[in-house]
Amino acid sequence: MDHTIEYISELVKKTGRKREHLLPVLQGVVQRENCLSDETIIEIARQLDLPTADVYGTATFYSFLETQKMGKYVIRVCKTITCAMKGKNQILLTIEDMLKIGIGETSTDKQFSLLQTNCLGWCHKAPAMLINDEVYTELTPEKVREILSEYIKK
Amino acid sequence: MAEHYNLKRADFIFRNENDWEKILSRTLEKDKQELINELISSELKGRGGAGFPTGLKWKLASEAVADQKYVICNADEGEPGTFKDREILTKVPFKVLTGMGICGYISGASQGYIYLRGEYKFLKADLEKAISEFEYYCKEINFDFNIKIFMGSGAYICGEETALMESMEGFRGEPRNKPPFPTNQGYMGKPTVINNVETLAHTFTIFKHGAKKFYDLGVQFSRGTKLFSVSGDTPKPGIYELELGMSLQDFVDEFGDGDTKAVQVGGASGFLVPRKRFGVTSIGFKGKLTGISLPTGGSMMLFNSTRSMFNVLDNYLEFFREESCGQCTPCRVGCQQLLLGIKAVKQGQKQAAYLDKLLKLTETMQYTAKCGLGQSVANSFSSIVENFREEMIY
Repeated sequence: MDHTIEYISELVKKTGRKREHLLPVLQGVVQRENCLSDETIIEIARQLDLPTADVYGTATFYSFLETQKMGKYVIRVCKTITCAMKGKNQILLTIEDMLKIGIGETSTDKQFSLLQTNCLGWCHKAPAMLINDEVYTELTPEKVREILSEYIKK
Repeated sequence: MAEHYNLKRADFIFRNENDWEKILSRTLEKDKQELINELISSELKGRGGAGFPTGLKWKLASEAVADQKYVICNADEGEPGTFKDREILTKVPFKVLTGMGICGYISGASQGYIYLRGEYKFLKADLEKAISEFEYYCKEINFDFNIKIFMGSGAYICGEETALMESMEGFRGEPRNKPPFPTNQGYMGKPTVINNVETLAHTFTIFKHGAKKFYDLGVQFSRGTKLFSVSGDTPKPGIYELELGMSLQDFVDEFGDGDTKAVQVGGASGFLVPRKRFGVTSIGFKGKLTGISLPTGGSMMLFNSTRSMFNVLDNYLEFFREESCGQCTPCRVGCQQLLLGIKAVKQGQKQAAYLDKLLKLTETMQYTAKCGLGQSVANSFSSIVENFREEMIY
């Protein structure tokens, strides 16, 4: 807990403690912890002098601000129309098979989480996915296996 | 009847031009009113999809009285089938930054923001580099203007301008009532010009080459060029700059795979046009004389005869149900019920006539939803259900 207080303080020092700094603070925590735990939300609310429910309400509005504990690598496969047409399901099956997790689940070693997401803006190179901030396009099952093998080695 | 043009390619946006410093300093020496008139005479309309006249927007903001004003570049490109803004920010960021700077000069804003969607975070580092180079030059010529990047966090609705401002102020991205419009009360309650990435890039072209050059392209009510994001069943998906006003038939002849059954113009919130209407539909903004003319933020998705239109609509509705901010009832409940409704008809739990009830529901949403998201669900829903009714039922 002490170290949570410490790094939130540091973050707040960098961004500022007004309401308009809330999103950058939340993003900073997610960047580091991969999720917003109850205790971090309470601490952010304390430091920004906001109601906890307000911070929670804002955080849960945004799909990239996870309140569930996520793996080190969050895989987001685009499920919107063009990616769906170009074989997104094959990509999901490949990932599920390789990592032994379903959509919305995290692997037991806490390395990977698998999610679906809405349009990533790569329709001309569909199907596409994000792993954390990194984007991968024109996916095929073979390509996905190669990419994931690299991550598993990391 | 619409004024149809064959497909005319253009190359302004991505043209390699290394003279932004000259264009910026040259433009900042001119009279503001003169620049506004120049922009108005180009008839540039917003390229995000809504098509508000850019010159008028800048004029309104310049006339607003306040101690602080803002310029925001809307880079929350989330409409399914749109991916041009990312390309602009990657390839020609200085055109956008210069456009923002000139807008700041005209409107009286000294602070600019780029609201970048979370999905494009990988662009941030390069963009920051470009911004610091831009700010360095501004300082050199004694022009007081700064730009910051504000990151989104995965919410389609934040592309709606007032939702975007709520998000920047640290709240849930829920759209505001309009009026007041952002040019009077925008970010932090101050007069704000908010423009799409592509719109700002076009202002660079206009201030460099003159309004006439831009005005001479395209057709009446739809002047200039536009970037089109082409995807779906096409042999050449990608980004193309074309003059506005072309007929959809010409578009399909160029980009179709020979078996195009329908084209979705304007993304999930746009319209689906079936094959029989390609010839009578043109792409551009609505105007009194233009016949059937469909606006688009650039999203053009082609579907060939192997595609089930039920699956397409199902995908859109799931998208809207998830991305509806949930603030107003027509949109929150409407999107859920539309999705449940088409599934029930498909599975035979409801009779086909239930589709007409759903059409009525979209009409209600069009009138009563608070923002563009809920209002425009009717576009894709009615154009798909009316043109491909059998596919919804069987």
